[in-house]
Amino acid sequence: MIRITCPFCGERDHSEFSYGGDATVDYPALDASAEEWTAAVYGRTNPRGPHKEYWHHLNGCRAWLVVERDTLTHEIGTVEFAHPGLRAAMGDGA
Amino acid sequence: MSHYSVWSVLREGLRGQTGWDRAWRDPEPKAEYDVVIVGGGGHGLATAYYLAKNHGITNVAVVEKGWLGGGNTGRNTTIVRSNYVQPVSTQFYEHSVQLWENLSHDLNYNVMFSQRGQLGLFHTPAARDVQAKRVNTMLACGIEAELLDREQVMAMVPHLDYSERARFPILGAILQKRAGTARHDAVAWGFARAADRLGVDILQQTPVTGILREGGAVTGVETARGTIRASKVGVAVAGSTGHVMAMAGIERLPIESHKLQAFVSEPLKPLLDCVIGYGAPGAHFYISQSDKGGMVFGGDLDFYNSYAQRGNLPIVQDVAECAMAIMPCLGRVKLLRHWAGIMDMSMDGTHIMSKTPVERLYMNAGWCYGGFKATPASGWHFADLIANDRPDDLTAAFSLDRFERGYTIDEKGMGPTPKLH
Repeated sequence: MIRITCPFCGERDHSEFSYGGDATVDYPALDASAEEWTAAVYGRTNPRGPHKEYWHHLNGCRAWLVVERDTLTHEIGTVEFAHPGLRAAMGDGA
Repeated sequence: MSHYSVWSVLREGLRGQTGWDRAWRDPEPKAEYDVVIVGGGGHGLATAYYLAKNHGITNVAVVEKGWLGGGNTGRNTTIVRSNYVQPVSTQFYEHSVQLWENLSHDLNYNVMFSQRGQLGLFHTPAARDVQAKRVNTMLACGIEAELLDREQVMAMVPHLDYSERARFPILGAILQKRAGTARHDAVAWGFARAADRLGVDILQQTPVTGILREGGAVTGVETARGTIRASKVGVAVAGSTGHVMAMAGIERLPIESHKLQAFVSEPLKPLLDCVIGYGAPGAHFYISQSDKGGMVFGGDLDFYNSYAQRGNLPIVQDVAECAMAIMPCLGRVKLLRHWAGIMDMSMDGTHIMSKTPVERLYMNAGWCYGGFKATPASGWHFADLIANDRPDDLTAAFSLDRFERGYTIDEKGMGPTPKLH
């Protein structure tokens, strides 16, 4: 079982969370070119190693988190709120 | 390398099994080949075999990081079928089933292909409509399929949960009688031996560390056993596609690596003489019984990107619940082993067999749950793509550029979320 330390709820089993995919994807402006949108919608670096990804604490506080996790060892690194406003309100140490 | 036959079995039986040769050579790498295939799984070995057999290209090396049958070829639940909703997919997999039907004779190696039939159960009227459409698509493509009602399924497999309180009431099933199972590691060994007999060099314990290019075209591979130059390079490393293609400067692909678990129980007396699968919101399950008696089954992905070839516990529970929901008689059966393989989950749930932005570098990837059953057709068509430097009619739809052109092949209509395919 992977354990993720939710900044709000503390350490929880990953079965409480829903996986939301690659958090490094930047979506372009709505009027950006088809190539940029194709790269954002379909292109993934899919790293073997550290990976920044979204997890939704679905069966907990329901916050979206950005988690750094190693895709080879499943080791969890940093965990922070995905929403910048929430991140600022809770502070770095939250 | 001797030909296997009844006579060779009898002869070796009388000689105390002392006269068998090794099944394939263990050669030193040559400095140069016409074609290098990266990845010695079923697909890579099949590609090498059909390059030699169909196209007469025998100066071929298959470069494998580990050992044959150690990757996804030996980690799946061995199901072979061709019942897809998208016509291009069902036609591709049907070609595969046709190759499976004669594969043991073709390879002179018993891959134990058993056409025991596959039942795809449905549990709601809406799911029945979907399966009826699937049957119609298959019939329109010339592939036999039947839609069974509840009574017909009860007659065929009486020991499923047909009770009033069943979690997933069984309304009927789609039946493909020509579907079945095969012995998966024998598929790797059979293709390896047959390719080797045609002159292909199989280089195990030879990780590729780089892909050599000059002026936008591939010129060979760098390996732990030295540089191997090649006119053409085919990559068939599902699970590690992104890792290997990055060596050729292709950093982003419409693929995520996910792990899929498989399970086998202790051996039982004959319990199930066909393959059963079902999918419902929140449940996905497929099961068959091996010739040794073990119940072989699996379900969903672990649902997060991973390169770890080991499964996690929530899905063990999930799959056990799926099993109990449909076959309560399994409740006291002990689990023997479970493991995981790394799937290339593509953005539309369909594989990619394609030329790449690098000239004469070809990729065979993105097989999602479907790689094992595709093995012979994958090798057949990938060999054709490499030999002729153009996709054939059945392969053109599976190109890498289909995503930017808007021609995705989305079997389940899930959109660009790999874990949901």
